[in-house]
Amino acid sequence: MPSESFGGALDVVGLRSDFPALQQEHHPGVPLVYLDNAATTQKPNVVIEAMSDYYRRYNANVHRGIHKLSEEATAAYENARVVLKRFINAASKREIIFTRGTTEGINLVAQTWGRTSLNAGDVVLLTEMEHHSNIVPWQMLAAERRLRLRYTPLRTDGALDMDAFRRLLQEEPVKLVGFMFVSNVLGTVNPAQEMIRLAHEAGAVVVVDAAQAVPHQSIDVQALDCDFLVFSGHKMLGPTGSGVLYGKRALLEAMPPWMGGGDMISRVGFERSEWNELPYKFEAGTPSIAEAIGLGAAVEYLNRVTMAAIHHYEQEIIAYALERLSEVPGLHLVTPEHTPHGAVATFTLQGIHAHDVAQVLDAHGIAIRAGHHCAMPLHERLGLNATARASFYFYNTLEEVDRLVAGIYAAKQTFSV
Amino acid sequence: MDDMYRELILDHAKNPRNHGVLEPCDVEYEAHNPLCGDRLHLTLRVDPTGRITAIGWEGDGCAISQASASMLGEEILGKTVDEIRTMSKDTLLEMLGIPLSPNRLKCALLSLEVLKIGLYGREAWRETEDE
Ligand SMILES: Cc1ncc(COP(=O)(O)O)c(C=O)c1O
Repeated sequence: MPSESFGGALDVVGLRSDFPALQQEHHPGVPLVYLDNAATTQKPNVVIEAMSDYYRRYNANVHRGIHKLSEEATAAYENARVVLKRFINAASKREIIFTRGTTEGINLVAQTWGRTSLNAGDVVLLTEMEHHSNIVPWQMLAAERRLRLRYTPLRTDGALDMDAFRRLLQEEPVKLVGFMFVSNVLGTVNPAQEMIRLAHEAGAVVVVDAAQAVPHQSIDVQALDCDFLVFSGHKMLGPTGSGVLYGKRALLEAMPPWMGGGDMISRVGFERSEWNELPYKFEAGTPSIAEAIGLGAAVEYLNRVTMAAIHHYEQEIIAYALERLSEVPGLHLVTPEHTPHGAVATFTLQGIHAHDVAQVLDAHGIAIRAGHHCAMPLHERLGLNATARASFYFYNTLEEVDRLVAGIYAAKQTFSV
Repeated sequence: MDDMYRELILDHAKNPRNHGVLEPCDVEYEAHNPLCGDRLHLTLRVDPTGRITAIGWEGDGCAISQASASMLGEEILGKTVDEIRTMSKDTLLEMLGIPLSPNRLKCALLSLEVLKIGLYGREAWRETEDE
């Protein structure tokens, strides 16, 4: 049970003890500093145990067996759905589709809603900061159905150019607007509510990539009024292979299924079949049962810590990180200093390639990511071929920021810059 | 780590040999390492006997990829296209002489990839890669 006091400071030291992977030494005598949370987070004991309890004790398939284990497994799987529904305040648990993650969620929308609603010449409006997972599925569909892709540009300060967004919505009829809530590279928090309102006024349907938002702040899909919202379990303490596609019920009802197979049908004949009701229509085959249960346990853990406290603490740590990093000579912050700010600090170091920075930091026990972070178009736009990114979660400490900065000085020394 | 950034590697990364693009040239090829964004553009001049008489390369990337291109260029200058054909991944890795994790191998081998595809085509590189 995490020890916390609501709305106040987090007991980070106490919380860290819930995470076995955070207890290790990276090299003998050098404790691990894990700053690659935008890629994936570490897992608390409760998640690992919830999954292992399923496998050890009540492993069974869901929605089929008339036996005790299957009933228990089904109840745990469906309970996870309810936990997720409450977490993002969906109107119904039928609007929660379990997926393998953000990528699968966006592909599902493209392949079902997209294939039935988008036709030659239709415009899909994305942004220049999107992750590949919110670009490539639309490019694939565009090639097949001759759609036109448009991108809302960035301003020089790393925020979306909202004037351009309004203009693009008016210039030609836009059928779909897709954007990321929080950038995994820039840390920019987009004005989601306003963008959704503007898109709806223009008659577009909206998909929100919330992979970097849901783990860090409380999300209310009804208040946002988004049509679809996707996220990954593994970026919020849950297991890999877990994720959620939220969709408004009326839209989901009207969409054809994506994959065909067991569980997604109500009746199968040799010629045709009838689709099962929501959400099962979109969950063909045996789902990732342990993963959904693990994600449910992760969300219950987050609920106990409270998203308000997490968000508050992360704003503190990212502000400190940006301040310390900006003091390092030769360090260029790619991340603009906005508030609120996603918990990522992306930078380049003069005279040292991002990979070499990451390699030296690794030798000091610090895990960061280097490269283009699955956002090659954004890097092209910024004129950079690779950047280094430190990304934080609520279990990181201010001392870890200090160790990151010390590691960067060590890299500068190795390369004599 | 200190082994990885040994003096020789840093020296080649900072003072790359044969840096630049040859115009005109007989062989030209460019490749990227999509994982990291490393990029390498290679140009060669080859005389009628098949001997490499000049090398020019430029690119962006980490110290390992840049040093590897610089060292490989020095190695092949003056050799014939036939002599290079049999050059293996291990030859290049021995030249670099540093321990590399699987992810960094791609950085180190980009130069060999560009060279092999440029000279002999993609199939030859597949064979080298699969060794
Ligand atoms: C903003 C954003 N969108 C999408 C993804 C893709 O998520 P996944 O790989 O879990 O499908 C990521 C993470 O890699 C991300 O940061």
